[in-house]
Amino acid sequence: MSDRTRLVYWLRIAGAAALFILLVAVVDVASRGSFLEPSNIVRVLRQITYNCILGVGQTFVIITGGIDLSVGSLVALTGVVAALFANSMHLSGFPLIAATLVVAVAVGCIAGWINALPVVKLNLPPFITTLAMLEMAVGAAFILSHGRPVALQSADFQNTGIGSFLGGVTQALHVPSLPVPVIWMLAVIVVASVLLTRTRFGRYVFAIGGNEEAARLAGINVVRVKTTVYVISGACAAIVGFLYMALFSSGSPQTGTGDQLLESIAAVVVGGTSLMGGRGSVIGTFFGALLIGVLYNAMNLLNVDSYLQKVLLGAVILLAVVLDELRKRYLSR
Amino acid sequence: MTPLLEMRGIGKSFPGVRALSDVSLELFAGEVLVLVGENGAGKSTLMRILAGATSADEGEILIDGAPARIAGPQEAQRLGIGMIYQEFTLVPQLDVPSNVSLGVEPTRAGLIDVAAVRARAHRVVDDLGLELPFDVPVSQLSVGQQQLVEIAKALATSARILVMDEPTAALADREIERLFEIIRRLRASGVGIIYISHRMEELPRIADRIAVLRDGKVVATRDARGFSSDEIIAAMVGRRLTAHFPELPPPASDAAVRLDVRGLRREEILAGVSFSVRAGEIVGLAGLIGAGRTEIVRAIAGADAIDGGEVLIDAKLVRSGRIGEAIARGIVLIPEDRKAQGLVLGMTVRENVTLAHLANFVDRDQLVDVARERAATARMIDELQIRTPGTEQLARNLSGGTQQKVVLAKWLLGDARVLLFDEPTRGIDVGAKTEIYKLMVELAGRGAAIVMVSSDLPEVLGMSHRILVVRGGRIAAEFSRADATPDRVIAVATGAAA
Repeated sequence: MSDRTRLVYWLRIAGAAALFILLVAVVDVASRGSFLEPSNIVRVLRQITYNCILGVGQTFVIITGGIDLSVGSLVALTGVVAALFANSMHLSGFPLIAATLVVAVAVGCIAGWINALPVVKLNLPPFITTLAMLEMAVGAAFILSHGRPVALQSADFQNTGIGSFLGGVTQALHVPSLPVPVIWMLAVIVVASVLLTRTRFGRYVFAIGGNEEAARLAGINVVRVKTTVYVISGACAAIVGFLYMALFSSGSPQTGTGDQLLESIAAVVVGGTSLMGGRGSVIGTFFGALLIGVLYNAMNLLNVDSYLQKVLLGAVILLAVVLDELRKRYLSR
Repeated sequence: MTPLLEMRGIGKSFPGVRALSDVSLELFAGEVLVLVGENGAGKSTLMRILAGATSADEGEILIDGAPARIAGPQEAQRLGIGMIYQEFTLVPQLDVPSNVSLGVEPTRAGLIDVAAVRARAHRVVDDLGLELPFDVPVSQLSVGQQQLVEIAKALATSARILVMDEPTAALADREIERLFEIIRRLRASGVGIIYISHRMEELPRIADRIAVLRDGKVVATRDARGFSSDEIIAAMVGRRLTAHFPELPPPASDAAVRLDVRGLRREEILAGVSFSVRAGEIVGLAGLIGAGRTEIVRAIAGADAIDGGEVLIDAKLVRSGRIGEAIARGIVLIPEDRKAQGLVLGMTVRENVTLAHLANFVDRDQLVDVARERAATARMIDELQIRTPGTEQLARNLSGGTQQKVVLAKWLLGDARVLLFDEPTRGIDVGAKTEIYKLMVELAGRGAAIVMVSSDLPEVLGMSHRILVVRGGRIAAEFSRADATPDRVIAVATGAAA
């Protein structure tokens, strides 16, 4: 990096951090200290977990210049399939949990592969192929569940869904503990971040998003890399489907089919990933999800009308991307 | 007589390139002025200025003796200038009448007046004495018919000045005949036509006057009668200052054939291309744009699928159409368009340099070792004298010559045995050119086989051991370094000689 780019880079980080701290401070004062209570912070983290995991998978797709609209309904489908599978197995404890997770992730991966196939083979726009998958997956979830939530017969998933990580230890030490789903989110973030920033695959994801033809002429297997990003997105959707199933003790065909898709994409974009491809990060997506989560939480604490909350959220998303665009223009001058 | 169009002292510069300097031309009503010149002589820039697509830095344009400012395409249209580009500007899904009136649709009560659109198209098409199907999308018409639609479109805006850029490039003989007839008819009706061409053989049949452009200057304007092909070619090529070429030692007399290309075919593009290159040899591919030179090197690199033929490296077959395998065997393509095909502009120098050989930069955990990448990139920066502030500079921020060196560095990290350079110095300043030439000589000296596609004639002549002239998707002639002269190469490339 040249000195100027390095300076701008750190200024940007510092600026974002300063804004964030300011927001937190204002909200904390306005809510008379309840915002920064450990239990509230844990609540925010738990609330953003699902959007964040979906966003992480989506980040890979968007960096290649694609989009995955199917993740919301894949949450529903994988949750239903996982619940049906768990109910049909004569297993319990860890083997049951592990097998169910594997099945859910397998379904997500297959769906992602189907998403990618027409994109890489026929050059169809991912907007359309994943839109088709959105419809098919939610339809399949309703067919399999007969339109009703599939209640889990086993109680073994309770800890995965709502338990605390190392609950006994943290209680003994009188420190707040993190919910298990939050641990899942952190694990997904770490693995995805290493994959994206430290491996050949990650480098190729950026190269394809930056210039697909140059990547192809460099001998990169573009078909394989692009297929993999949709599979990763499907797998992330499956993890979310699995976690929701554990949380609600049932797999419902309606879970994840509402605002989830668009809010996860918002997290990615607010986190600085370019919809044009070639630029972005997993950490950015985490902070994007965090910003949206903090905003919701703060508005709740401050008793902002729930309809108005939507308006403000939209305004913040717009503001974030406009600021990012202005920064880019300044840089390219 | 006042000329219909007069250009006085037109000049235009792009960063690092003087595209046009002091160009003056006159066009009279009812004449065909043919503009000839090599690739890069400035013909297209001149035309873009007339079209309002770009503006001149200096000089003035007069229409009917009155100064005119062509600020944009609409201005040009209003002034009666019609453009027919090499690439069609038709909307393939729309029918003929819709295309003819595109952007100037007659309306009634705010809606497109379909009847008036058809009437308008009928008027122009009938005037030209054409028969064109009106009810099918133009994508279903032949290339020749589409060309005629382009002409109708230009004339529908009552153009009095018609500029045609190589209108016959895509046409069959019969269609060319028809086009010439139409041009003659237009000329008789008082339209002034500027006709840009590469093809010597068609000049006597269509030209009233011929203007020759070379290195952004008009070097000759004469009546077509009595201006022989030989004289025209001599004017096009001229004698000029060029970049300094390094000494090119001949390949070892016992050097083995490194690259062997046999009968490459691609429908309508390559018609059986065979040649071989020995280790240490540089072979230049000369020819006009569209002759198939780029397609030849892309086929060798596996970048495009081919319909037939084979490529051998060191006498071993390379499976066709597989870029990965070609790279693994040491075939390297340095593409024509650096920005679109050679570099990921949003990535750093380091990331671009290691992109094709990233497998060599991972540690035991399969993680990319950035420190090793940096070291290797720094070595290449040193070796190739890449002018960048560091390994972490974005490729976007580098100059053209430096970007080209980054592309080269990317491939030199591996074991490059065959290098395919496509227009290696286009848009690069003279100093950087010389450095690239030196690198090529050095690579050849280390035993690489080099194929260079170039539209810069002195470059091909100065930097090749052998010159192959490509025309119509086949190799039309081969010259040794000693036999190759600009006139001979141009004569074959333009079809003036076989």
